[in-house]
Amino acid sequence: MESTMTAVHHEEHPSGLARWLTTTNHKDIGTLYLWFSFAMFLFAGSLAMLIRAELFQPGLQLLSPAVFNQLTALHGLIMIFGAIMPAFVGFANWQVPLMIGAPDMAFPRLNNWSFWLLPAAATLLIASFFAPGGAMAAGWTMYPPLFIQGGISYDMTILAIHILGLSSIMGAINIVTTILNLRAPGMKLMMMPLFVWTWLITAYLLVAVMPVLASVITMLLTDRHFGTHFFSAAGGGDPVMFQHIFWFFGHPEVYIMILPAFGIISTIIPTFARKKLFGYTSMVYAVASIALLSFIVWAHHMFTTGMPVAGQLFFMYSTMLIAIPTGVKVFNWVATLWRGSISFETPMLFALAVVCLFTIGGFSGLVLALVPVDIQLQDTYYVVAHFHYVLFSGAAMSIMGGVYYWLPKWTGHMYDETLGKWHFWLTAVAFNVTFFPMHFLGLAGMPRRIPDYALQFADFNRIASVGAFVLGLAQLLFLYVVVKCIRGGFAAGERPWDGADTLEWTLTSPPPYHSFTTPPNLSK
Amino acid sequence: MRPPSLRILLASLVVGIASPMAWAEYALNLPAPATDIARRIYDLHTLILWICGGIFLVVFIPMFYALWRHRKSVGHEAHRFHEHTLLEWAWTVVPFFILIGMAVPTTAVVISMKDTSAPDMTIKVTGRQWKWEYEYLGADLKFISNLATPQEQLEQQAPKGEHYLLEVDRPLVIPTGKKIRFVITAEDVIHSWWVPAFGVKQDAVPGFVRDAWVKVDQPGTYRGQCAELCGVRHGYMPIVVEAMPPDKYAEWMAAQKTLVAAAQAGAQREYPLPELIAMGERVYMTNCVACHQANGAGIPGAFPALNGSKLVNGPPAGHLDRVFHGKPGTAMQAFGGQLSDMDIAAVVSFERNSWGNKMGDGVQPRDVAALRRTEK
Repeated sequence: MESTMTAVHHEEHPSGLARWLTTTNHKDIGTLYLWFSFAMFLFAGSLAMLIRAELFQPGLQLLSPAVFNQLTALHGLIMIFGAIMPAFVGFANWQVPLMIGAPDMAFPRLNNWSFWLLPAAATLLIASFFAPGGAMAAGWTMYPPLFIQGGISYDMTILAIHILGLSSIMGAINIVTTILNLRAPGMKLMMMPLFVWTWLITAYLLVAVMPVLASVITMLLTDRHFGTHFFSAAGGGDPVMFQHIFWFFGHPEVYIMILPAFGIISTIIPTFARKKLFGYTSMVYAVASIALLSFIVWAHHMFTTGMPVAGQLFFMYSTMLIAIPTGVKVFNWVATLWRGSISFETPMLFALAVVCLFTIGGFSGLVLALVPVDIQLQDTYYVVAHFHYVLFSGAAMSIMGGVYYWLPKWTGHMYDETLGKWHFWLTAVAFNVTFFPMHFLGLAGMPRRIPDYALQFADFNRIASVGAFVLGLAQLLFLYVVVKCIRGGFAAGERPWDGADTLEWTLTSPPPYHSFTTPPNLSK
Repeated sequence: MRPPSLRILLASLVVGIASPMAWAEYALNLPAPATDIARRIYDLHTLILWICGGIFLVVFIPMFYALWRHRKSVGHEAHRFHEHTLLEWAWTVVPFFILIGMAVPTTAVVISMKDTSAPDMTIKVTGRQWKWEYEYLGADLKFISNLATPQEQLEQQAPKGEHYLLEVDRPLVIPTGKKIRFVITAEDVIHSWWVPAFGVKQDAVPGFVRDAWVKVDQPGTYRGQCAELCGVRHGYMPIVVEAMPPDKYAEWMAAQKTLVAAAQAGAQREYPLPELIAMGERVYMTNCVACHQANGAGIPGAFPALNGSKLVNGPPAGHLDRVFHGKPGTAMQAFGGQLSDMDIAAVVSFERNSWGNKMGDGVQPRDVAALRRTEK
């Protein structure tokens, strides 16, 4: 009886702004997360456009060095914590309950709170540009003692990251609980869609490392204001200790941003190859191994700080090991394609591009894992190229592919396939024009985070800037395609992709506001 | 509107890659190595690149074959297989052995890089916002190396020179063929001393001493930059090293000592104010202009103005004290340890009589020497 009553009660949910402020519905909250992350993606992307405009040619044209440093720092922070991470949480909100046959997330009110913390943190970060002395300018990595020298905006940044971390932790707890407790009867762990698996493991990573980030930025705060000397040698501390703690968070963080992407790719490829995912079990084990290894590789970000030989060798070997499970994933994707019946809709184009381009990012990661080569390339544009191959063509392009894949389900309409393909090709080509030359810049010796550069770096910087402007503009096309799809289009039907076999495709498109109120029984 | 044709994309790619003429002027690889270590790093990188390229082909030729032949549009039916134990074990174990193949030569290079034992000489490198200080240990020679590119070139008011942003007023000079150990530290924030041709990049951590070594084969000028974000002028902290044959190096060292002695003698006499101001302008443009700006207005909210400043327009002793000791907890450094008595006297005199400041008095080098004596 109780369930009938709640169902009736939920039918009359408020409309307008109050609906979004008070919603506890996983679909609404998923939508909020996705729009928020897209807004942050455009904002942090426009910071990148300013950076590329300044770097278009040698000399200082548009920005002062101080503002330039603020842009690089905030571009990184907002892209990571404001765009990529919330986008994946948006996917988790929409898709995890639908894919495991659950009526909603385990903690719907917590879910609301997890989301609504984000705009507060974003406001703090954006407002910090207008603080005296401008925004935080010590890089997204916030290394002391430089960080200690900054003004009020540095404290605003600490507070914003605390809020973002709180949101992530609560979101992660919610996802873990949902997956472990709310699966449809008969859905064993090893029957879960791979996307759900990747998010389960990601959520554990979040719970493990976000508190580490929170502690290290609190130590920064007390060093700044309360007379501690955690990171100051003058008081018996050590600046490099910050880097150890930060990267103990930071390296798992990299996988927090890529594992759900692997989940999306592992969903899209089988659909459009019309063939079951190859090596499901080994995929699960590969994701788990990557997650475990991520805890013992952190100091590969610190090879130039001056570690003992034993330390350098340990972190080099452990880092190289990550290539094995990552390779397994790529091999499995290729084997899934092999002898499939392949078609090239927009989500599939994104997924295939991710497989190729992420692999390039993986290879440059392997190059960087080798201590002697890393000594040459650390803090150069080679590293910038590497992590954009991982985070843009790995994470962001998976997100785009995932949006095209599930838009018909979410909106009930098919997106415009022609425009979607234009968006894909513009993004993929412009991405490579932007970031591939950065490998050469790094090899030739251009440090990262500099507002101006020696003349021999001019040509590739110009190419990269042109690519970046196209890449940025192409994302407005993405916005247009999504809005167009929401407003109308051919009816998608329950299952627009004939190769899709997960539970969400058994529902109508869009799914009812409350779906799976009676769970599907899979034990039959 | 149709999506861009694949054929056009491929054609432009082929034209781009197949015209080496167009690529000749672009630097595509690590710079030419000047030390044995840098050469080994270069070769290691080439080796790894070939291995990665090979793996890339092994993985993606089958993938693109499948994308071409196993298309739905040519009527290919999907097969049903979705596991293959032997294959899955193979692509787990084979990469492991490839990795061991990479790790063995790399480990040897790591061990050589870290072997700073038995150097022929040692140089202490100190990073400061935003310049490098070099101290020849045991030779009683110490100097600061600043960016030499004029501000006008940065602001497009003058054409940029060949070594724009990679030129300094006083390069580090070292002998070729000798094992030189660098002990590296910093005074304020973390910097990183990096000369690509040497294969050396070592973070300079305040309060800690790290080391690195080089043995340069050929005489020449080698350029690098600070590699760790260290604040506003991080991009303006170049490193220039002149490597010369040992006999020429010995001549250079002797000349430096004569110069130091001459400067010490010169600091004894009394200088007329206009001469001090003229000298001080040069010192200011090298050491102070980054924060306090050429017009003395500073950067509001970040660096205070000197024009009209209460301290500058107060008694000379207080002004000298601030320049000499700096202001702890801010970016204002203690220049007492960095600049000569002559330079400090000149720059204080310059600041007191520039822009709107019209004090009409100055500081003599011997005043600075007196302050320095009270420190000891």
